[in-house]
Amino acid sequence: MISVKGLKKNFEGLEVLRGIDVTINKGDVMCVIGPSGSGKSTFLRCLNLLEKPTGGAIVFDGEDLTDKKTDLNRHRQKMGMVFQQFNLFPHMSIIENLTCGPMMLKKVSREAAEKKAMELLARVGLADRANSYPNQLSGGQKQRVAIVRALCMEPDVMLFDEPTSALDPEMVGEVLDVMKDLAANGMTMVVVTHEMGFAREVSNRVLFLDDGVIAEEGTPDAIFNHPQCERLQSFLAKVL
Amino acid sequence: MEQWLNKLHETFIATGFYKTMLDGLKNTVIITLGALLIGVVIGTVIAVTKYFAEDVPALKPFAWLCDLYITVIRGIPVVVLLLIFFFIILTSAEGVTVAILTFGINSGAYMAELIRSGINAVDSGQMEAGRSLGMSKMQAMRKIVLPQAIRYILPAIGNELIALLKETSVAGYVAVVDLTRAGNLVRNNTYDAVNPLMVVALVYLTLVVLLTWLMRLLERRLSRNDKR
Repeated sequence: MISVKGLKKNFEGLEVLRGIDVTINKGDVMCVIGPSGSGKSTFLRCLNLLEKPTGGAIVFDGEDLTDKKTDLNRHRQKMGMVFQQFNLFPHMSIIENLTCGPMMLKKVSREAAEKKAMELLARVGLADRANSYPNQLSGGQKQRVAIVRALCMEPDVMLFDEPTSALDPEMVGEVLDVMKDLAANGMTMVVVTHEMGFAREVSNRVLFLDDGVIAEEGTPDAIFNHPQCERLQSFLAKVL
Repeated sequence: MEQWLNKLHETFIATGFYKTMLDGLKNTVIITLGALLIGVVIGTVIAVTKYFAEDVPALKPFAWLCDLYITVIRGIPVVVLLLIFFFIILTSAEGVTVAILTFGINSGAYMAELIRSGINAVDSGQMEAGRSLGMSKMQAMRKIVLPQAIRYILPAIGNELIALLKETSVAGYVAVVDLTRAGNLVRNNTYDAVNPLMVVALVYLTLVVLLTWLMRLLERRLSRNDKR
């Protein structure tokens, strides 16, 4: 579904990604772990080109997203993204947050967009908050709405950039539950996370990034129970 | 007291000069509002152009032009600009039109900086969230960033509007009968210096108080619909 070839990213001379090759298949739930500064978030943000790669290619649906001729906006509609800081639109009510994308970009009628949004809101247990504003919600609720906002575009893949890192501990569970539900329903997901429990339990593949390269890749069992490289061993010793 | 009222009557009513004053007021308001509109449009275009030019190399020359415009306009006194437009550039246009354009173009240079700082005050995650849904940069700017920027910009626009209103008092330089010029005409014709000037000053003061109140009302309206 997405194949990443030789992905490189420099920030003013600093090499953050130093050549990443990986293929994400349909139905994969891939967790990306690694120490801070290892390039995990940059890697994820390169997948939908929020960060412009310095080198390499991102092939999605048979088209290279790094090619200037590619219609990036059309492809981004199929790649939902969830941010650490939620980034809900504070000047819009929840229902407007959810419907503005489909109405503006997919020319869905207001009724159809609202119907779809309400269904999804109900699925994450927030149907009663449709007319609230983002600042009236807790962090966990905001992140659930943010996930629904991405889902309303009916994406083929969902990208999560440390979705629980900005949450109070007691709210982490409710967001992870929504993500587990998504995974169980077959959504293709790429998740940058510090939640090792989630990675172990829900994902089918884990990437360990260190110093801008994939230092180790494997099933959760292989990564967590039989880590090969020394850097992964010492990383796990610190976080588990 | 009665003597003063008689004097007022003599200066403004008996002579019919109150009509001149009202015409002056009308022109002052027209010039101010027209210039405000032009200023906001120019300011927004420049601010958005400069924002986009940050990562679109093709727009760099436009950003450079915008900077040149801001430098030139801010570097020239508005009276001089007004005279240049009236006597050199728009020689066949009417005074009021020239005044609207000049004050609008002048104001645009200041507005551009206000609007740009308002845009920059909106968290960059907002643009990213819009882009991640598939919006173009322009769509995200219109629908997501600008509506939020307005709240940061509005108080500064209020200040600019008040400054603009008072700046228009030099419109008389190009034969426009604005409020100030109307006062001058009355003074020259009645040899009463005190009352026309006092009235002119009082009317400006009232307008400024009114505008301040309106801006505050607008700000409150916006923050009611924009719960953050």
